Amino acid sequence: MSNVVLAADLLVAQNIAFGLIALVIIGAALRVVTTNDVVHAALYLVLVLAGVGGLYFILGAEFVGTAQILVYIGAIIVLFLFGIMLTRAPIGGEADLDNDQRWLGGLIAVLLLAILGYTLIDRWDDSQLPADTVVTTAQVSDAIFSTYLLPFEVISVLLLAALVGAIVVARRD
Amino acid sequence: MLLNQFLLLAAVLFCIGVYGVLARRNGVMVLMSIELILNAVNINLVAFAAMNDDISGHVFALFVIAVAAAEVGVGLAIILLIYRNRASIDLEDADLMKG
Repeated sequence: MSNVVLAADLLVAQNIAFGLIALVIIGAALRVVTTNDVVHAALYLVLVLAGVGGLYFILGAEFVGTAQILVYIGAIIVLFLFGIMLTRAPIGGEADLDNDQRWLGGLIAVLLLAILGYTLIDRWDDSQLPADTVVTTAQVSDAIFSTYLLPFEVISVLLLAALVGAIVVARRD
Repeated sequence: MLLNQFLLLAAVLFCIGVYGVLARRNGVMVLMSIELILNAVNINLVAFAAMNDDISGHVFALFVIAVAAAEVGVGLAIILLIYRNRASIDLEDADLMKG
């Protein structure tokens, strides 16, 4: 019709939310890999996981977002904190938690980011996400219990194996 | 929203995770960096599912979350055993198989 760009087309709220969440995720992730206190690292990881959950909600993935909050923050972080407690992490942090490979590791990470970034920008330069991408839990459950039924059952067996394995490995005898 | 903003954010998170795996000395910290990597992959999966209107991205992301939970459980059990046997989870000290 004309060259007027409506605010509704710009998805202002989603973009602002994405920007804030992206800042939180990247800042907290950098702190996870640079802090000297293991407990602080676990808490920064909670921030990262919560931010990623927020991203799923922005993308309309309601079930994956809920599963992320429940499983990752509610169970995996608690596992980590137990592991930190049982391996006697020093309260207040240690002197240095990096080994001598940190500069080489940083170089490799930056190179990898350059390659990934160039490839991504080259391929999906300006691709816009569709306006309404909400996926309901009913659709996900329909897919899991029809098309992906076998992987679902295999995951159950995998979790059982991991459970039994972790208990056998870590028990005192 | 551009697809690329999600993909690039996931790429940055992935590379931060790679740095963490390479540079951290504590075994639990390495596991945490692996979680960063897995979350970056999940962001990619869900973003592509939104782009291509395909449910399999969501299902795959759920499977990745389940596998990550299993992996953290077993990984922490192994680290616990290392701590019990050697009183340290410093990866610099775990060099029995070195040269």
